[in-house]
Amino acid sequence: MSDMDEMDDGSGVVKKFMFLNRKAPHGTVYALEGLEVVLITAAFDQDVSMVFTDDGVFQLMKGIDTKGIEVKDFSKTYRALEGYDIEKLYVDQASMDARGLTEDDLIVDVTVLSVDEMANLMAEQDVVISF
Amino acid sequence: MQFGILVNEGPYTHQASDTAYLFARTAIEKGHKVPRVFFYHDGVNNSTRLATPPQDDRNVSARWSNLAEEHGIDLVVCVAAAQRRGINDDVLAPGFRISGLGQLVEMGIQYDRLVTFGD
Repeated sequence: MSDMDEMDDGSGVVKKFMFLNRKAPHGTVYALEGLEVVLITAAFDQDVSMVFTDDGVFQLMKGIDTKGIEVKDFSKTYRALEGYDIEKLYVDQASMDARGLTEDDLIVDVTVLSVDEMANLMAEQDVVISF
Repeated sequence: MQFGILVNEGPYTHQASDTAYLFARTAIEKGHKVPRVFFYHDGVNNSTRLATPPQDDRNVSARWSNLAEEHGIDLVVCVAAAQRRGINDDVLAPGFRISGLGQLVEMGIQYDRLVTFGD
């Protein structure tokens, strides 16, 4: 896809973009279409972080199989993020706890943050986009 | 201040497009600039000229078109999201154009604030 080629807005400015993923992967389109924005932002050589919170933590769960619900399985994309230099993946500790999940249940390596740590990280960002 | 606006929901079902419109109009009235509005997810449905809401209700897409014409706002509809939902050049209301997600990322890079209206 030509959208994935190296892009440049001409300014040479690098901003800190945080993508906040709050929704389960297949109940709505937000996770799937949100990933597209993440990949394009990385193609613009921006400083990208992804946060998974609330039901968004389910996006990273191991063993997702969408055959029965006949929708696209895009969970492999999360494992490919490293190839786009997207390595800052954070999950919210309280969201994990509330859903009985641990890091072992996830398909990628993440950093688990407390609410306070998450708030500090958010405060450092230039742009926060929530899906 | 320069504001970029992201609209993530369609018209009428959800308040996002109405609130985004009122925010944009008010920001301009107060002397700020809104160079571009980007429509993503079901937000692309705000761009169709085929909608004919009842006369006694607001016309969401026409309202965007008028604001864009008055103030030179670039109304950009995401091509991939539009193709999924049957929006193409044939149905676009005046002032809207179809382009890529790079236009959204550019708003984040170039403007002072990117404000999201969605669910």
